[in-house]
Amino acid sequence: MTVSPELDARFRDAAAAEGLLDVAYDLVDTPVGRLLVAVTERGLCEISYDPEPERETEALARAFGARVLRSPRPTDEARRQLDEYFAGDRRSFDLDVDLRLARDFGRTVLHELARVPYGELTTYGTLAARAGRPRAARAVGTVMNRNPVPIVLPCHRVVGSTGSLVGYGGGLERKRALLELEGALLPGA
Amino acid sequence: MEAVRVPPFERFYEEHRSSVLAQLRRMLGREDAEDAFQETFLRALRAYPTLEHGNHLRAWALTIARNVGLDARRRDRITSAEVPDLESFDEPLPYEELRRLTADLPHKERAAVFLRYGYELTYEDIGTALGSSAEAARQAASSGVRRLRRKELS
Repeated sequence: MTVSPELDARFRDAAAAEGLLDVAYDLVDTPVGRLLVAVTERGLCEISYDPEPERETEALARAFGARVLRSPRPTDEARRQLDEYFAGDRRSFDLDVDLRLARDFGRTVLHELARVPYGELTTYGTLAARAGRPRAARAVGTVMNRNPVPIVLPCHRVVGSTGSLVGYGGGLERKRALLELEGALLPGA
Repeated sequence: MEAVRVPPFERFYEEHRSSVLAQLRRMLGREDAEDAFQETFLRALRAYPTLEHGNHLRAWALTIARNVGLDARRRDRITSAEVPDLESFDEPLPYEELRRLTADLPHKERAAVFLRYGYELTYEDIGTALGSSAEAARQAASSGVRRLRRKELS
């Protein structure tokens, strides 16, 4: 017995409207590919590149609770702001972020990261210093690599001290694309 | 039996939505089944955090659906003469004997007896499935069993 798309959508909306979900997520198409965007009642908790929903929902369930459901409405605001960002109409995100899984130093670093302005580059070392541990550039790299909400927390703006792009969770090509979009890199540089 | 981890709700929903809808349509007809479908999965969502393992989730989903269906019928004051019997239950239950024996029990007692003796669920799980406490589930099961014994003797 096939559940009609209308009935399916109605349930997914109702589940979120009644506040019964630990995590609501949806898939969002952007110029840097399809993203899985997930939110809890506290805010945005995950953006993943190249999502495999089966694996992602398992991980989200372990982290935030088993009531993980694809439900577009709670992700609408994040989707709207991402659309504006990729259209070049938005320079900073106005979204609550749920960083409850980040601990101590990681959380401090992510808070500092959030303050790196649109279109500007910083280095792992600078960010380490701002987080109070000037010699922890490598640890900052690890935090960037595990950034739960790339793009919104702009780890793409963090580069090596020589200016090399170094690495990116979503692949260097995407890091370059985001920096070009923001005018921080010349196309093809 | 080894306990299976409770899957993300998305997977539970995807796996069982078709059989839940099929059962509700048989019980209520096409239109009323849609409201009952939503209510079934909202109830399942409310109870989901209390699940301790992911065993018997199909039986759990169908039991919730059946209760939602019965509630809907009661609301519509359909007389029991018009109600098709529980043979329309979608689950391919291996326990024909139990099914036949319990056919005349009140539905809550029947469900409790079934889940207890057919599926060997804990009273916690049965309570969750029936939307009541573990204690109420235990009472429903034992009063069902008492009723069966009386019937046997009579």
